[in-house]
Amino acid sequence: MFKKILIANRGEIACRVMRSAKKMGIATVAVYSDADARSPHVELADEAVHLGPPPAAESYLLADKIIQAAKDTGADAIHPGYGFLSERESFALACKEAGIAFIGPPANAIAAMGDKIESKKLARDAGVNTVPGSEGAIDSTEDALTWANKIGYPVMMKASAGGGGKGMRLAWNDQDVKDGFEATKREGLASFGDDRVFIEKFIEQPRHIEIQILGDTQGNIVYLGERECSIQRRHQKVVEEAPSPFVSPEMRKRMGEQAVALARAVGYYSAGTVELIVSGADTTGEGFYFLEMNTRLQVEHPVTEYVTGVDLVEQMIRVAAGEPLPLTQEDVALTGWAMESRVYAEDPYRGFLPSIGRLVRYSPPETDENVRVDDGVAEGGEVSMFYDPMIAKLITYGEDRITAIDRMVEALGRFEIVGLGHNIDFLSALMQHERFRSGNITTNFIAEEYPDGFQGAPADHAQLRRLAAIGGFVATAHADRNLLIDRQLGHRLQPPSQWQVKIADDVFDVTVSQDDVSVNGEGTGLSMAYSPGDRMVEAEFGEDVIVVAVRPTRAGFRFNSLGASHDLRVLPAHAAQHAQHMIEKIPPDTSKLLLCPMPGLLVSLHVGEGDKVEPGQPLATVEAMKMENILRAEKAGTIATINTAEGDSLAVDEVILELE
Amino acid sequence: MQHILDQLKEKRAQAELGGGQKRIDAQHGKGKLTARERLDVLLDPGSFEEYDRYVEHNCVDFGMDEQHIPGDGVVTGSGTVNGRLVFVFSQDFTVFGGSLSERHAEKICKVMDMALKIGAPVIGLNDSGGARIQEGVASLGGYAEVFQRNVLASGVVPQLSLIMGPCAGGAVYSPAMTDFIFMVKDSSYMFVTGPDVVKTVTNEVVTQEELGGAVTHTTKSSVADLAFENDIEALLTARDFIDFMPLSNREEVPERPTADPFDRTEPSLDQIIPANANQPYDMHEVIEKTLDEGDFFEVQPAHAGNIICGFGRVEGRTVGVVANQPMVLAGVLDINSAKKAARFVRYCDAFSIPILTFVDVPGFLPGTAQEHNGIIKHGAKLLFAYAEATVPKITVITRKAYGGAYDVMSSKHLRGDLNYAWPTAEIAVMGAKGAVEIIFRNKSEEEIAERTKEYEDRFANPFVAASKGFIDEVIMPHSTRLRIALGLRKLRSKQLENPWKKHDNIPL
Repeated sequence: MFKKILIANRGEIACRVMRSAKKMGIATVAVYSDADARSPHVELADEAVHLGPPPAAESYLLADKIIQAAKDTGADAIHPGYGFLSERESFALACKEAGIAFIGPPANAIAAMGDKIESKKLARDAGVNTVPGSEGAIDSTEDALTWANKIGYPVMMKASAGGGGKGMRLAWNDQDVKDGFEATKREGLASFGDDRVFIEKFIEQPRHIEIQILGDTQGNIVYLGERECSIQRRHQKVVEEAPSPFVSPEMRKRMGEQAVALARAVGYYSAGTVELIVSGADTTGEGFYFLEMNTRLQVEHPVTEYVTGVDLVEQMIRVAAGEPLPLTQEDVALTGWAMESRVYAEDPYRGFLPSIGRLVRYSPPETDENVRVDDGVAEGGEVSMFYDPMIAKLITYGEDRITAIDRMVEALGRFEIVGLGHNIDFLSALMQHERFRSGNITTNFIAEEYPDGFQGAPADHAQLRRLAAIGGFVATAHADRNLLIDRQLGHRLQPPSQWQVKIADDVFDVTVSQDDVSVNGEGTGLSMAYSPGDRMVEAEFGEDVIVVAVRPTRAGFRFNSLGASHDLRVLPAHAAQHAQHMIEKIPPDTSKLLLCPMPGLLVSLHVGEGDKVEPGQPLATVEAMKMENILRAEKAGTIATINTAEGDSLAVDEVILELE
Repeated sequence: MQHILDQLKEKRAQAELGGGQKRIDAQHGKGKLTARERLDVLLDPGSFEEYDRYVEHNCVDFGMDEQHIPGDGVVTGSGTVNGRLVFVFSQDFTVFGGSLSERHAEKICKVMDMALKIGAPVIGLNDSGGARIQEGVASLGGYAEVFQRNVLASGVVPQLSLIMGPCAGGAVYSPAMTDFIFMVKDSSYMFVTGPDVVKTVTNEVVTQEELGGAVTHTTKSSVADLAFENDIEALLTARDFIDFMPLSNREEVPERPTADPFDRTEPSLDQIIPANANQPYDMHEVIEKTLDEGDFFEVQPAHAGNIICGFGRVEGRTVGVVANQPMVLAGVLDINSAKKAARFVRYCDAFSIPILTFVDVPGFLPGTAQEHNGIIKHGAKLLFAYAEATVPKITVITRKAYGGAYDVMSSKHLRGDLNYAWPTAEIAVMGAKGAVEIIFRNKSEEEIAERTKEYEDRFANPFVAASKGFIDEVIMPHSTRLRIALGLRKLRSKQLENPWKKHDNIPL
């Protein structure tokens, strides 16, 4: 076995690999860039080697420097994690040359699967289902009909250079092909100057399901069941689970065996993943097709570890050291259900814009046998623009899917992140969404269910009533304590016990007594403890426990619970009677303003005062985090005034220009 | 006897009604509470004792002898905020537009005299159309009587003004001389001359809100400290504010229990200073992680953001916090920030509130705009305020403490009691590059770079200052709260007096 492993990665995956290594009694070496000098993965490792400046190209992608670091520290193996160098054939080869074990698959397998066309061909040859389609461009409507019938409807007619919805036509029957084929050709020619058209099977209700495989150098390969990763946003996975609610044991077997056949075809060993696209409309158990194979450890590997009990990282290390797999396919059993949420530094309330910044507060939920947190950050750390915006992975386990989901909701509620935008509310909302809970998901789930963006998980009246009760309780605790100030006149003062709590348009009368908190005259059975300064409270209503993040505001509190923030105005009853006279201030109309959506540099203005603009027309470009964001007109109008100049540093919501 | 009781009942009822239901409805229509409703919200329920409820004006001109309303446009008295005594006056816009008559002024003066005598804060709720013009010069005299008491009370009892309606002309000078001013957005304004006169005299067209609204005064002019959405928010916040204040300059700061341990450590502060010295960080985080319960009551948050001033508590006892804010103008000292902090420091000193200073200051802001507007005198205000302050002073240098600004920011030399530095502190005459360019004028770029490195190695740390005793100890950021809590305990019995003088001559 290896004595010392260098982990050529950062963040949560570096920490994850180190945990398994430590468990196995293997020493660890971290590498780090300037931006990560104080990161947990550096602290956790036995040794650490500095690589260079923050950009990955000058640090984590420097293969030579990393191999040198391994030599210098006496590491006899390198684990590449995921991303960075993990799927570079050249790195695997360089390790071999340097006499250092590469903890991953053989270099040739990396190369074979790294090529889209070759990998698809390999898959087809190995007997893996691939998406049926015409093998070349089709000339005539007649040929198109032949192909369409051979493939089976629905089919997609695609201009060869088409994309982004252009030059693509869906056909459900012969008539659609007759009507659309020539038009697709023309569109291809007009838009892309290329009138070649292909036909491919259209996958209805597409789901992303993948098979985890694990092989050793002796030629044993097993599949460790599937993971479903259909919940995606802009092709980025957000939630993963194992097993998949769509996959039957028979289907699993077929998918697994095909995946193993493909792995065998390239002489695969170590951990790998065969990604498949699955038609949710096809109930035969045959509607799965090869997408690609990832020749590395996947981000979402923990859900497989939960349901199979296999430590994938440990097995990768053992395989790299030449040990045979400790299990055969018969030994693989899936027990229970596991869910993974990716906690990202992005703001779902602002169109999922990436956010960077300092983790002013960072406190993940407590872990136990059903809750696992894989992270690589600590309170006070920085989420920088240089790397992946994933802050942590939260994984929960249960006997069945709903139990795992409910544990996720609870664990998300206890996850405290302050200082930058994050998607915890969104994840919680997903977990509470009826359609998600039913298992009827596709890769379009987020686009379909949140077409207008995310405004927080919906809270029903019963939930608001409970929040109102908690608001009254917390306000009483503050009032109680405030009455303990010294140098009083000697009045016997009672803290207010009657409160009026307003949440958006709902108003509740809350009465707090020794025994209970009642809302609008009805008891709630609330039991909780709070002292001023607490940032997170647990409130029990009989059997139900809800977790609420509490932040005092003027004349109230901001609560965050179950995937939504609520502003509570909490007034003592004697003040509340006057509240009716307060005028609700209507927020200013910003629809005619172009506001800067994030802090950044105004790189260019594309319009001048007096210009007429059409919807979608670019107005300004703002650079933030080295990304240029083009801000477009939402509706037609005339530019009235421009309030900024190119080169300005802009704050969030700063007015760039005004429309008439 | 029954006759008297009936009469009393009737008079009370009449007084309660102020200017009558119609005017009360009009007041409500503007989103404003009445004078009495405001006191209901401000004071502990049942604690208000009204004085001079039956006072009426003494004017006979212009038909005023026909109109008498008990109370004469202001409700005055005493009450408690969380059990502690305060004196209040609340102008009643429903009675003669809240205009100030001789008697109205006398009522205000009476509660101020009592407050001064007893030692309790004065909270004024201003909502007045101005002088009672019918009374002429008598009304002006009334203003001046109030001004005189504002001045005598200044530094003796805390004075808080809530502007909840118009406050124009001479009337502005009473709140102007109190310690803090809260304003309500959209329904209050303060100016010496209103938009009409402005138009006539200067041809400038401006709205009341732009000229003297809550936003203008809390951002541009700094006349007011905080702006609120409505009356209730302002009044409830005033209660929280009063909880920080000692009753008078004869009393210690108040104390109230907290569950927040004095020895809470914050490991995340060890990483707050960015690796790059030119990168900002939010000083609020340092302040909030140091104070009890993260509870920081910032004053003038919207003005001169390069310095942060506000109140908090450590172990339940009030402290004043002054801190450079690297997020705004790199935390530089300029005219506005010096004025803002100087007044705050003097307030704390007057009322025995210990001062915590967090320093990250690159120096004074250069430029003609600053020099021509008198940065020398304005900067001197802050220096003066710190130097004369005898309250416990604890200073933590987090990063830069450059040049004269180092001296100003509660340095050891200005009788700082405990001056700590984080390991990231750099106490120097100026930044390394600037210093080297002066010392080694006309040298090659390479040499400058080399010397800069040398200068950094020498001064970009707290040790040179520590070796001279300018820093008492280099502390780890995570232990800042603990150090400050223990320091404040030790300093509770601090005794320090300035030489006798009639008063000092701060560079105004």
